[in-house]
Amino acid sequence: MTNLARGGMTVYAKFMGPWGRSLVIGVPMVFLLLVFLLPFLVVFKISVSEMDTVYFKDLLSVKDELVVLAFKYGNYISLTQDALYFKAYLSSIKIAAITTSICLAIAYPFAYFLARSPAQRRPALLMLVMLPFWTSFLLRVYAWKILLADAGVLNNLVIALGVASEPIKMLNTPFSLVLGMVYTYVPFMILPLYANLVKMDLRLLEAALDLGATPWQGFWRITVPLSKSGIIAGSMLVFIPCVGEFVIPELLGGPETLMIGHVLWDEFFGNNDWPMAASVAVVMVGLIIIPLALFNKHQAESTSADLP
Amino acid sequence: MTPAADRWTSNAWMGAVYIFLYLPIFTLILFSFNASPMVTNWGGFSLRWYEALTRDREIIDGFKLSLEIAFSTGCSSVVLGTLAALSLHRFKRFTGRTLFAGMVNSPLVMPEVIIGLSLLLTLVSVQRLFGFPERGFATIWLGHTLLGMAYATVVVLSRLQELSPSLEEAAQDLGALPLQVFFLVTLPLVSQALASAWLLTFTLSLDDVVISAFLNGPGSTTMPITIFSRARLGLSPSVNTVATLTVAVVSIGVLAASVWMSKAEKKRSQEVASAYRKVD
Repeated sequence: MTNLARGGMTVYAKFMGPWGRSLVIGVPMVFLLLVFLLPFLVVFKISVSEMDTVYFKDLLSVKDELVVLAFKYGNYISLTQDALYFKAYLSSIKIAAITTSICLAIAYPFAYFLARSPAQRRPALLMLVMLPFWTSFLLRVYAWKILLADAGVLNNLVIALGVASEPIKMLNTPFSLVLGMVYTYVPFMILPLYANLVKMDLRLLEAALDLGATPWQGFWRITVPLSKSGIIAGSMLVFIPCVGEFVIPELLGGPETLMIGHVLWDEFFGNNDWPMAASVAVVMVGLIIIPLALFNKHQAESTSADLP
Repeated sequence: MTPAADRWTSNAWMGAVYIFLYLPIFTLILFSFNASPMVTNWGGFSLRWYEALTRDREIIDGFKLSLEIAFSTGCSSVVLGTLAALSLHRFKRFTGRTLFAGMVNSPLVMPEVIIGLSLLLTLVSVQRLFGFPERGFATIWLGHTLLGMAYATVVVLSRLQELSPSLEEAAQDLGALPLQVFFLVTLPLVSQALASAWLLTFTLSLDDVVISAFLNGPGSTTMPITIFSRARLGLSPSVNTVATLTVAVVSIGVLAASVWMSKAEKKRSQEVASAYRKVD
């Protein structure tokens, strides 16, 4: 593999020439620099600007022939002083962590069983996991409203069966929010775990069993450690977007589940305070930067697996 | 555990997860045929909400716009994603490769409120400097392409990693020019991945609320924004019918695509097999 990969590389480098190479790299690179990186710098800049009547003030301005730097960290001070923001950040992290744990608990056995099911049945079973991806996520989250409402399907069922006489309050509670998050993100946990577990060398497990390990020991001491990278990838794919999730809390969350995505949205669309919204975003990036770095490291490792 | 008990646990667990995944979808389909205006109470079979949908200008106009944006997003994402995947796969060392890989992968997990907000603030700054662009189709397309490109790169890259470089080398040894190799060998070999990347980014765009909400302008309300604002207010029968139609279209589309792909895959593996000459 090593030689082949290197061969392919040199052939390409030789025949595509410097022009082809710079074009192939340059086009997506410029696009990403302009549409991904530059906006982050702009957000940071605006988060330390002042809100003018309609627009935010420029950071640098020329006044009396002097360049004036209007660096305002006031937004960050109000972030630390107002308990609302702190509570929202905390509950976002808590809800994201709970969602990630539940997703892992559901997805790990599922991916394990899927990877050990007969090879000819796997593509169809995997397709069934992917299929909901292609239907609207917004509409599937909305469907839980029909299921969980006070007069909803599940409550009607519960009352008809005589389990409870009163409808159980499920919608707009932490329960419905976490349920909706788990529902949306569990495929993102299943897919990397499956990709990892299906590649596992089963002879290692056999060796452990031959040497006297019980199946349970084999699972915890061989299978789980070997699937570590799948666990990390899946957890990051769930945790990071969950922290900033907006649509699900909006449809299924309640008053006690204030999340930071909603705060940002409100500052921007409700209060029209763009610098404040930008500060909230900068702090949010700060919260997810370590998981994000972990995720990027994992992606880099998996994409350069065939490096010489 | 005995093997039988093992199989039982495995089937029960997988069955429960599949029920969990599909329960909401079937609920939506069932209740879209509900005669009662009370969304959660079954009042008999009826097509009244479908009939009402044909007169719902807001949804229909939004759908047309969403379809146009999704189509454009699919195309631009696949082009950019293919270039990015080629860069990461073919060139193991170049200046800024780590930054490049990070920027490609981050939108996969980055909360959409951050992407939406940062792009909007940038576009507003650009607009103040140059007087364009106006918010609308083009700006939503730009935002969706950023997200779509990340997904397209992952799909195309995983296909490129499966390919054997010997096919391309053979073509070059036989005198094909680099561009000929790309269009006649590489591209057909990854066509299946390109198709699934296009479909995936198309549906991502068709479904997006948050980025669109930040980047839309007057008169450019996409269908998900309309649906979201209705769903926020409460349950709405019109949303169920849209959902059912989406599910129907997607199922047909995915079915057709998978039939086409398995045919293409067969043809490809036959061609690959016939390309290798037996050497005794």
